[in-house]
Amino acid sequence: MSKTSWLASGAAVAALCLGVSAAQAQDKDILVGLITKTDTNPFFVKMREGASAKADELGVKFQAFAGKFDGDNDTQVQAVENLIAAGASGILIVASDTKAIVPTIQKAKDAGLLVIALDTPLEPMEAAQATFATDNFHAGQLIGEWAKRTLGDDAAAKANIAFIDAHESQPTVDVARDQGFMDGFGIDIKDAARRGDEDDPRIVGHEMGEGSEVGGRNGMETLLQKNFDVNVVYTINEPTAAGAWEALKSAGKNDGSVLVTSVDGGCPGVKNVADGVIGATSMQFPLLMASLGVEAIVEHARNGTVPAPSEGLTFTNTGVKLVTDKPVEGLESITSDEAMKLCWG
Amino acid sequence: MSSDDTPHFSERAGLGHRTINFLHSNPTIIPLLVLLIGLAVFSAIVGKRFFHPFNLSLVLQQVTVIGMLALAQTLIILTAGIDLSVGAIMVLSSIAMGQMALTLGLPPEIALIGGILVGAGCGALNGLLITWLRLPPFIVTLGTWSIFNAIVQFWSGGQTIRQQEIQADAAILQWTGTAMQFGAWRLTIGSVLMLGLAAFLWYMLNRTAYGRHVYAVGNDPEAARLSGIRTRRVLFSAYLLAGLICGLAGWVLIGRIGAVSPLGGGSANLDSITAVVIGGTSLFGGRGSILGTLIGALIVGFFRNGLALAGLDVLWQEFSIGCLIIMAVGFDQWLRRISN
Amino acid sequence: MSGPAPDAAGRLPILAARDLRKAYGRVVAMDGADFDLYPGEILGVIGDNGAGKSSMIAALAGAVRPDSGEIWLNGQEVRFANPMDARAKGIETVFQTLAMAPALTIVDNLFLGREYRKPGLRGRMFRALDRGRMRAEARRHLSELGLATIQNIDQVVETLSGGQRQGVAVARACAFGSRVIILDEPTAALGVKESRKVLDLILDVRRRGISVVLISHNMPHVFEIADRVHIHRLGRRIAQVSPAQISMSDAVAIMTGAMAPPQVSI
Repeated sequence: MSKTSWLASGAAVAALCLGVSAAQAQDKDILVGLITKTDTNPFFVKMREGASAKADELGVKFQAFAGKFDGDNDTQVQAVENLIAAGASGILIVASDTKAIVPTIQKAKDAGLLVIALDTPLEPMEAAQATFATDNFHAGQLIGEWAKRTLGDDAAAKANIAFIDAHESQPTVDVARDQGFMDGFGIDIKDAARRGDEDDPRIVGHEMGEGSEVGGRNGMETLLQKNFDVNVVYTINEPTAAGAWEALKSAGKNDGSVLVTSVDGGCPGVKNVADGVIGATSMQFPLLMASLGVEAIVEHARNGTVPAPSEGLTFTNTGVKLVTDKPVEGLESITSDEAMKLCWG
Repeated sequence: MSSDDTPHFSERAGLGHRTINFLHSNPTIIPLLVLLIGLAVFSAIVGKRFFHPFNLSLVLQQVTVIGMLALAQTLIILTAGIDLSVGAIMVLSSIAMGQMALTLGLPPEIALIGGILVGAGCGALNGLLITWLRLPPFIVTLGTWSIFNAIVQFWSGGQTIRQQEIQADAAILQWTGTAMQFGAWRLTIGSVLMLGLAAFLWYMLNRTAYGRHVYAVGNDPEAARLSGIRTRRVLFSAYLLAGLICGLAGWVLIGRIGAVSPLGGGSANLDSITAVVIGGTSLFGGRGSILGTLIGALIVGFFRNGLALAGLDVLWQEFSIGCLIIMAVGFDQWLRRISN
Repeated sequence: MSGPAPDAAGRLPILAARDLRKAYGRVVAMDGADFDLYPGEILGVIGDNGAGKSSMIAALAGAVRPDSGEIWLNGQEVRFANPMDARAKGIETVFQTLAMAPALTIVDNLFLGREYRKPGLRGRMFRALDRGRMRAEARRHLSELGLATIQNIDQVVETLSGGQRQGVAVARACAFGSRVIILDEPTAALGVKESRKVLDLILDVRRRGISVVLISHNMPHVFEIADRVHIHRLGRRIAQVSPAQISMSDAVAIMTGAMAPPQVSI
């Protein structure tokens, strides 16, 4: 073919593409993708349900992906790439590795997708165009403050606190809740972005439970071995708390002498509050997170608007409520009965 | 030349050769030494908090679930196979037990047996694919790992059945978590079950013809076949038995965490292989022992516990386990090489 | 066709075959092969690679089923479905690879597939191995063949030398009341000294009344201990000669086709 023929064909193809994409932008055939850490945790199951329902309501297409285990970055990378290839308008992602996923997210943004981080902010947070999350630091603060006020100032000054986090790699949600709890309890957290740089003698130690019952049990046992007089326990989520409780029971410390705190607000966790296993938990709203996220992507696909963060924050706060049957003065909370109506899972 | 007119072969004497022959016949000595040295070192560093019956029995409880999976894995690895689905079979069996008892409303004892049979069924599937379709065990169990995980997700709906509900309706599922006190020592029924299972497998592998056949099939399948051993039957039965053991492990898991949960079990397969390898069993088949696996599981447990009590970061636990694995495999290879 | 006729001395072969044929597609492995082994003799079997002697031996050992032809054991026609069948009738084969699991002990290997169980309940219900009995018998078999200096029969086989392993394999073949032992290249992987010992071992086996088929490429070895030599070529037996009456080079020449086989077969 001659040069002019090439140029002509190239121009024609380009015009065709532009025309097609213009048509697409007006098309109601929008695809929203949701990528969660796993599909076994009821938190993510609820998220998926909420997103799917919202997508149906708005008349757009929806695809859900999940990693094989908490910490599985590779599957999430592939999911992002698949969504780019499928021509999605936007991605909602709960990142397993908040740092490692960033380059792939950049690829999605470069391809014109709107990326919203759910629940777990990316590192750096600006890697996603918006973040819809619980204020995890605030969630931690609520339970930390509850623990301190329950003990009273004297006992709190001499408390022995056990921390059962999720992963050694310090993902944002893990660090935020942990540091929030310390801050609420009155421990000097030094660098709020790092866990483990504190030197408060009340800290018995940090064990990694990977967010499961088994990890919670193992972690609690090890911390009890370090210091049998643990009387406050922070756990990253409610399955971890349930496992920790088994260890406490086995050690004969399930007599109310130990305060167990957690974050999540899943229905099994709320039932555990009612049963006295968990003293207080901070409830999150995954369904709200997901449906707001779908709405935002559809809005962006239609009008190009990017969601704005909440007042004074760098992300959109989807709210958190303290759930406890032992309320303390000066700290707003709801009872487990009330929470059963709001819980998920 | 000797005055004998009957043919004979002179013995290769010498301390070096005798030591090598001894190690050949008793390879479990090395992991035992590692365990004893580890115990001594950690006792010195951490002190009485480590070397106290309470802590020692705690570690035994902590390694019980993985230990049972490692027993199943030993059987498979002895046949020169590998089973990546052991963790998934365990979780699936526990889900089956919980769902049968609480959702399907079956009597708890039936649900218990049903769950264990689900485990055996999973093992049978592995065995069939490997012996009948003659697919490599690594590939097969890699696939069934995902399949069983998917069934876990489907059957449980992502939901955990809480400890309180099980206690109310099917307490027998938690029975393995019951603790018994022997002076300052504390053992759970689950740990006793594991030790009993280990004893049974030891007997089977060392005192019955079937055990000899398992070793032969793993060490030299052609020699086994030429000796009249039905190699496919031996392989199938190994996977079936492994699945059954994983089902029992599911029961012990419920006892340990109280709940029936689809979480957890993620890295259990690799943890079980770690225990088997550190215990001196060769990944190439035909060499190894049940006692070695128990020691391997204890080594992993004691190292994790000791390093945690010594206040070191979790990453040092991972580092040391990795070093132990490489040393164990290196030693096994060395032993093979010098004998040829 | 009725069984083979007695030879000049009036002996009947203990193992014989007539007109064995086997083809794998277009490749003909056996083209009407005959075979005679007389009681208490050592028969050397020589033939070039691809001559088909392995197929014939495999048929006699039960590892391969011939397309046609007959095999007689002690005058009775027999059909072997598999090597275990042949073993059951007293034909043991010591394969070139020895068929021993290297990580298992001498005792384990000796009784692999034929283990003894303890008598009574312990054997039947608990399926316990009678290790004492197996060890005692293993020791007995080894000393009968003059291998008493293998001190530790709980030694694993891979720690033995090549010649010792061969000895154990031969002891296994002798141990189970066999009438015929087929040895496939027993000295192929051995040095001079160890080969010597294996040859003496084979003579010992004959002394015990067992007939031996010795397949080998090593002419000096064959000519040293064989009573008769079976020469195989192009899928059939072309000659049976006596080592006393023919030179090694002539035998090789017949084997490769350079020389015509003698008219009279013995």
